[in-house]
Amino acid sequence: MKIDLNTVKKIAHLARLEFDEEGAEKMKKDMTQILDWEEQLNEIDTEGVEPITTMSSEENVLREDVVGEHLTHEKALLNAPQRDSDYFRVPKVLE
Amino acid sequence: MEKFLSFDDIRKSLENRETDCKAIVNYYLNNIQTKAHLNAFVEVYKDSALEQAAKVDEKRASGKAGKLAGMVIGIKDVLVYKDHEANASSKILKGFISQFTASAVQRLIDEDAIIIGRLNCDEFGMGSSNENSVHGKVLNAADESRVPGGSSGGSAVAVQANLCTVSLGTDTGGSVRQPAAFTGLVGIKPTYSRVSRWGLIAYASSFDTIGVFSRNVKDNALVLETMAGSDNYDSTVSKKPVPNYSELLHFDKRAKVAYLKETLESSALQQEIKENTIAVLEKLKQEGHEVEEVNFPLMKYGLPTYYILTTAEASSNLSRFDGVKFGYRSPNAHNLESMYKKTRSEGFGEEVKRRIMLGTFVLSASYYDAYFTKAQKVRRLIKEFTENLLTKYDYIIMPTTPSTAFKFGEHSNDPVAMYLEDLFTVQASVSGVPAISLPNGRDKKGLPIGIQVVANSFKEAELYAFANYLMGLNVN
Repeated sequence: MKIDLNTVKKIAHLARLEFDEEGAEKMKKDMTQILDWEEQLNEIDTEGVEPITTMSSEENVLREDVVGEHLTHEKALLNAPQRDSDYFRVPKVLE
Repeated sequence: MEKFLSFDDIRKSLENRETDCKAIVNYYLNNIQTKAHLNAFVEVYKDSALEQAAKVDEKRASGKAGKLAGMVIGIKDVLVYKDHEANASSKILKGFISQFTASAVQRLIDEDAIIIGRLNCDEFGMGSSNENSVHGKVLNAADESRVPGGSSGGSAVAVQANLCTVSLGTDTGGSVRQPAAFTGLVGIKPTYSRVSRWGLIAYASSFDTIGVFSRNVKDNALVLETMAGSDNYDSTVSKKPVPNYSELLHFDKRAKVAYLKETLESSALQQEIKENTIAVLEKLKQEGHEVEEVNFPLMKYGLPTYYILTTAEASSNLSRFDGVKFGYRSPNAHNLESMYKKTRSEGFGEEVKRRIMLGTFVLSASYYDAYFTKAQKVRRLIKEFTENLLTKYDYIIMPTTPSTAFKFGEHSNDPVAMYLEDLFTVQASVSGVPAISLPNGRDKKGLPIGIQVVANSFKEAELYAFANYLMGLNVN
């Protein structure tokens, strides 16, 4: 799969990442190389094979709906890069 | 002189009143200081470890100590411990202090193990050389110009250099077994879902396991049996009962062993590793076990399958690092979207960004079926093949790694060359089955070689017993 700079830009936006020109060029090259290598899987016939979606053998894990211990406001905010009374503070959403 | 090289040593010294937990912790603290240049520890919990030691000594005096009293454990920097920092070796988690303790770690503490510090690793467990760490590289104590393996490189070196009794690592595609092989240790990746993942900072949730590094099989078994089992905080964890592996180490069966033609004939395999693996297989035959060659044509597809699925899961798991609730936030943002982008771009290292990008790509609408669904189908084929093989044979034996420890920077410019490090370890990860790496001699340069034994899901007791038997044969 040949990745172009436009695709790098689009995927970077979806992943909330950004790259400078040099970084984008390197990412383009690496992604192309790795995806080409991953495409080996097309050599395998998987007609009629169900994709596997869970690796755990546990099913329907249920429990009683009981009140448990929860973090206090103070503790929940302890790691916040920026806070304002009882809230996480973030920059303006719209300019 | 080196002391406390096994938990049996420690137990004996405690029983004979030659030492106490405080002295044991001080012994390791001193070793950590002497070997600080290896960079295995990110942070040493001197105060809380000595505090724990004093408590355990008190409990011992009143005869109430747990079964791990005297065991000193280091934990990989992706496992959280209440009121202690955890970074997953990433700038993005700088300053993060955990509000709770990982279930696996808590169970060890409940049995009076002492946590002495957190250990260096590749960022979020992504790497095979421990070179991708915000804390810097870790040196292999067998040859300091070489990598210890990864991603749990610090956990391996901590036990290799006798800085703690055992250590915890995590294994997603080989991150315990490969460094165990590079440092001459015993390292297990248990069955997927055998140990609760609560408190393990997620990389790829359908692959991640918590594993153990030790110098011998018995210590390893003892730690795993203590951590394993059901947990209300992880709905995927198995509720199957956990046998006391460490008491089931006696092995007197005639084993049926398979080895895979594709592993021994791999062009990537170092000659000495091949010879030492064959020597073990030959010895097993001489001892009356059944040893047969099996073809595994899908082997080369294990790695691409692994990379498609793990990058997809990583891109999703790592979306939580956004600079809002914890960790690093970029000071250069002017609005919310630029805060996300700048925080993540400045906070994640190169390999992590590469995997997030690839994961986002294979999950994107136009490519989902061609890559992600295809890999899920191949995963089923590999898993079914492996499980079927393990109903016909008790164990699969293969080298743990294609080569012994390589030099720093040797694979840094080629991501795919680095990925090939996990050539022999991913099969067990893709299939979810348990696998253990055992020391199997040294190459001509004196570097440790590992041999891997794989068993069927939840057969850890059988795996440990056979591993213990193999170690006793002392082939290489």
